[in-house]
Amino acid sequence: MKNFCVLFFLFFFVNVSFAQNHDLKRGDNAKQQLQKVDSHKGHNHALGDHSGHDHGGHDHSGHDHSGHDHSGHDHSGHDHAKSNKKNHQKGAHSDHGHDQGHHSHVNACGDEIHDHSAVFNPGAVAFHHISDHNVYSIGPLQFSLPCILYTHGGGVDFFSSGRFDADYHGIGRKAYNGYVLYEGQVKKILGDFPSGEVELGDHAIYAVETEVDGKKKDKFYTCLNGTKHEIVSKSTLDAGLFGGGITTFTDFSLTKNVVSMLIVCLFLFFMFRSIAKAYKTREGQAPKGVQSLMEPIIVFIQDEVAKPILGDKYMRFLPLLLTLFFFILGLNLFGQVPFFGGSNVTGNLSVTLVLAVIAFVVTNVNGNKDYFKHIFNMPGLPGWVKTIVTPVEFMGMFIKPLTLMLRLFGNITAGHMVIVIFVGLIFIFGQNGANAIAGWGTAIVSTLLTLFMMSIELLVAFIQAYVFTLLTASYIGSAVEEHDDHH
Amino acid sequence: MLFIQLLDFSPIKPDLGLILWTSVIFLLFLFMMSKMAFKPIANALRSRENDIQSSLDEAKKAKAEMASMKAENEKLLVEAREERAAMLKDAKEAKSQIISEAKTNAKLEANKILESAKVEIVNQKNAAMVEMKNQVGSMALDIAEKVIKKELQNDAAHQSFVNTLVSEIKLN
Repeated sequence: MKNFCVLFFLFFFVNVSFAQNHDLKRGDNAKQQLQKVDSHKGHNHALGDHSGHDHGGHDHSGHDHSGHDHSGHDHSGHDHAKSNKKNHQKGAHSDHGHDQGHHSHVNACGDEIHDHSAVFNPGAVAFHHISDHNVYSIGPLQFSLPCILYTHGGGVDFFSSGRFDADYHGIGRKAYNGYVLYEGQVKKILGDFPSGEVELGDHAIYAVETEVDGKKKDKFYTCLNGTKHEIVSKSTLDAGLFGGGITTFTDFSLTKNVVSMLIVCLFLFFMFRSIAKAYKTREGQAPKGVQSLMEPIIVFIQDEVAKPILGDKYMRFLPLLLTLFFFILGLNLFGQVPFFGGSNVTGNLSVTLVLAVIAFVVTNVNGNKDYFKHIFNMPGLPGWVKTIVTPVEFMGMFIKPLTLMLRLFGNITAGHMVIVIFVGLIFIFGQNGANAIAGWGTAIVSTLLTLFMMSIELLVAFIQAYVFTLLTASYIGSAVEEHDDHH
Repeated sequence: MLFIQLLDFSPIKPDLGLILWTSVIFLLFLFMMSKMAFKPIANALRSRENDIQSSLDEAKKAKAEMASMKAENEKLLVEAREERAAMLKDAKEAKSQIISEAKTNAKLEANKILESAKVEIVNQKNAAMVEMKNQVGSMALDIAEKVIKKELQNDAAHQSFVNTLVSEIKLN
């Protein structure tokens, strides 16, 4: 019960700091309300000066305990206040600056710019949180990542995403070689655009809702010296099914997900390497330390998954199953570690697709004669039944890994989204700071819900890693199984 | 679908770059982990499992051996006990035999000594008798001599008569 109370307060402060960040982007009225709230809480939070330092220092209390720092930050109002101030001081980019309290204005190219973050959109926040990015943001820190961009029919650009000079939203203030950064993702300016570094200013990239083939779609533009340039997203392989498709460039960058994968893989590698060494140096002795922590898991996969399903061939596939299990588990847990940007790697279809393809390839490469006979020419069935069974079995070959791919993707993505949305309830009920009492009330409920959800997600991280491994083992098992008696 | 498009649900869009990197990283990870971590661990676990099994088997065997040894020991103990009892019995018998033999011998010896003592006594008595007879005879002779000397100075007839009388005295 004591632990629960401690956890509750940690989560509560996370939520509150999130709420405060968001509230600040509201008008003066909301700010004053918040100031009252702040003084009650004893925060030394000078509202006149929301510089990066103050921001970072204040948020620290939340970040230390939070898994939501990322979304909290990227949609906070701090950066708005900051950027506006900067604009006023410089007196430049006046076409991009927007006064506090106003939600839209018209830019030099005649487009109405909506301040999309003035009104809280839980869906947008959640989708931003689960996306892959070309910058790695941990709290107020933005780590630049290497961009490797291939222009179709052109060359390869290789540079750091720091060139975009991104703000807290992951929106670049600069263009580089015709590439820009929007919501943490690299996009390309179509048509003629000066190469090298080009200053765009704050919030220079904006979305305009347009109708394409009767469907509403966001099109991105930037306005440079009164000229409107269209911006396209990177190529995706969904052929327009999910609103993507092949565009003019492909992003081979070391994105946040790739970096997360590298971190987790290196960590796991060095950990298991030391465990393997421990088995050698401490041969004949009882396991100790991290070795005894991991041994039950390894033995569990070996004895409960590999041995019963694969029989005496288990040693051939055990390394694959263990690698799959720890890769998925490591990334599932890494996405939940507070303070690490909450990267959503196993909740990305591209990642689960690769894992599913590997499961598919291993299954079918190791498939014996019986396995393929059961698919294409099921023994003991009359011919006309085979005409039904064979297509079904053939489809099953692909549906099995497809379900693997979707299950992992869906579970992890949903978990990430639910947590963000639970935190987002504060703004929905608090009406973006206009109703501070409701906001605070919801913060308590939201904290409980988030706490509950985080515990569930911890369980899900293990369950999904186990289920993926178990099903992969069962698919391989059915492919390598020896049938001696027949129907 | 409309909602998704407007909000840019990007994790569902298969991204060639991420697919490529995931494949490279995962395959490399798989290779390294198999070669350098999981195979050695699995082998170590298997050999340890075998070790434990054989140790258990050995322990079971040792236990069985101990049990059989214990039975043997008990048998030996029983035998020893029986032997001891037999030995004690023998010793007792020997003791009583020795005692009875000693008793008989002692009795015999005592009898012998008694016999010889009796014989000696008789001999001594006889010798004493003879001496007494001689003493008594000489004493009587002396007396008679004195008597006769007084009556019959140098009377030979008396002398021989007295001698005849003396020799006639028979002791018992």
